[in-house]
Amino acid sequence: MEASFGVYYEKDSVIHKLDPRAKLLFMIVFLVSIFVAKDIFSYLLLILITISSILLSRVPFTLVLKGLKPIFVIVIFTTILNLFWTKGETVLVSLNVIPNFWTLTIYKESLIRAGVLALRIIVLMACTSLYFSYTTTPIELTDGIETGLAPLKKIKVPVHEFAMMMTIALRFIPTLIDETTKIMNAQKARGADFSNGGLVKRAKALIPIIIPLFVSAFRRADELATAMECRCYRGGNGRTRMKVLKMKARDYIFLLITILMIAGVVLLNIYAKGYKI
Amino acid sequence: MSNPLIKLENVTFKYPDSEIKENNFAVNNVSLEINKGEFVAILGHNGSGKSTTAKLINMILTAESGKIFVDGKDITDENMTEDDIFEVRKKIGMVFQNPDNQIVATVVEEDVAFGPENLGLDPKEIRKRVDEALELVNMKEYARHAPHKLSGGQKQRIAIAGTIAMKPQCIIFDESTAMLDPMGRKDVMNTIKRLNKVEGIAIVLITHYMNEAVQADKVIVMKNGSVYLEGTPNQVFSQPQKLWNAGLEVPQSIELIDKLNKELGFDIPLKVYALDECTEIIKNKLMKE
Repeated sequence: MEASFGVYYEKDSVIHKLDPRAKLLFMIVFLVSIFVAKDIFSYLLLILITISSILLSRVPFTLVLKGLKPIFVIVIFTTILNLFWTKGETVLVSLNVIPNFWTLTIYKESLIRAGVLALRIIVLMACTSLYFSYTTTPIELTDGIETGLAPLKKIKVPVHEFAMMMTIALRFIPTLIDETTKIMNAQKARGADFSNGGLVKRAKALIPIIIPLFVSAFRRADELATAMECRCYRGGNGRTRMKVLKMKARDYIFLLITILMIAGVVLLNIYAKGYKI
Repeated sequence: MSNPLIKLENVTFKYPDSEIKENNFAVNNVSLEINKGEFVAILGHNGSGKSTTAKLINMILTAESGKIFVDGKDITDENMTEDDIFEVRKKIGMVFQNPDNQIVATVVEEDVAFGPENLGLDPKEIRKRVDEALELVNMKEYARHAPHKLSGGQKQRIAIAGTIAMKPQCIIFDESTAMLDPMGRKDVMNTIKRLNKVEGIAIVLITHYMNEAVQADKVIVMKNGSVYLEGTPNQVFSQPQKLWNAGLEVPQSIELIDKLNKELGFDIPLKVYALDECTEIIKNKLMKE
């Protein structure tokens, strides 16, 4: 039971080796690029970047597609919504579903808009999952956030505390899942029924699980805090790290590509006006 | 040895929310000494104040009265600063009962590095210490593993490695073997002994298990918050009646010899014997009869 974050795909590729801070920056820029892109060439550029990233990372395409499953419903929903409920100029299909009452019209512009929107969501999700979960371990990601956002400490943003919280959360998820299973079994042994009855009844059946789980979680938190204090923890001040993130040549090249990407999209926006979609 | 590493003088402590009963002290007028490199076992039934004593030494709790010295420094001094507390905790490491609740990171080596990172050491030095500590507890090959997939004994050895990496002068084990299976307990005990004998780290072992206490240099028995018995394992375990009074058990070999002495009129001296030794003595005695 660890599907939620056990999605790291171990491979020794260039993308895997990239500095997490560089990846973070790339994703932010990529996100902006997607929303700025307006013409066909920009989209082609972004698709090209996504596909070459997947190829370079040596993560199988099928795995990336599988990762897109959860957003499939959203994509279908937005596509249908855009297809039927927006108006355009060129009529593509006109169907008289109920005579004199409701005519289903699909415009060419709506079709394109729906397609582009679906594409945006798919490309964004594929890239995010590739860079953040398949090729980056949770620790690298938290380290990246901590060091990448370190300048924010100057304006009193608790960056270290936030990263520490993330680390501890990741550490305790499997422990608490185990505990939940244990408590559920214990309650089942006492005759609790979690699988029958209406929604309200089932929700009520969860209370005897949640309360012991919380009590135990608080006790664990207390013990962990004591153990951390015993190991000389006193917040981020004066703390060093064993693994220091270091930007290498490949990270700078990657950042250069990132800059070229956004520059390309902006330039195409200005000069390829005729190919707007 | 000039002055002891840890010294308690008439220390008293009461939990603020404890019963209204007067004189209900968790720790009552305790005085004890732990020398550098010494292996001390503290025994006692539940609520006898042994864990509380440990927490007082590590400044998790603050004594009500009495004095505690760590490496010559009075830690009950009112003018103790944050940095002073930091120094004390650097010298005295602590390993707790539940291995799950003391591991911080999602990868074994990151967790071992947690302590040294807090000390603000150089990354290279941290790396060196982490590798050495994992080597010492025989967990080197698990360096990149996720802690939640390890067994209880392995997790506890990781917790020990995390403490060793801080290079303390003394490690307090607060019932660290209580939640482990026999195999895990054996592994952890072997590690503890190695730390004491090879690395010369002083050990304070708080435990319920007599056969663990037998291996110490000195045994302290606590009862109702006070020191009840103190001495070498032989001195302490040769008084089974007193141990029973303190709500404790006696090592099996001693219990057997005590019974044989009483019921068959044997006169075997009450001492801590290894299993083979004990068998041999009883065999000889029976042959003679």
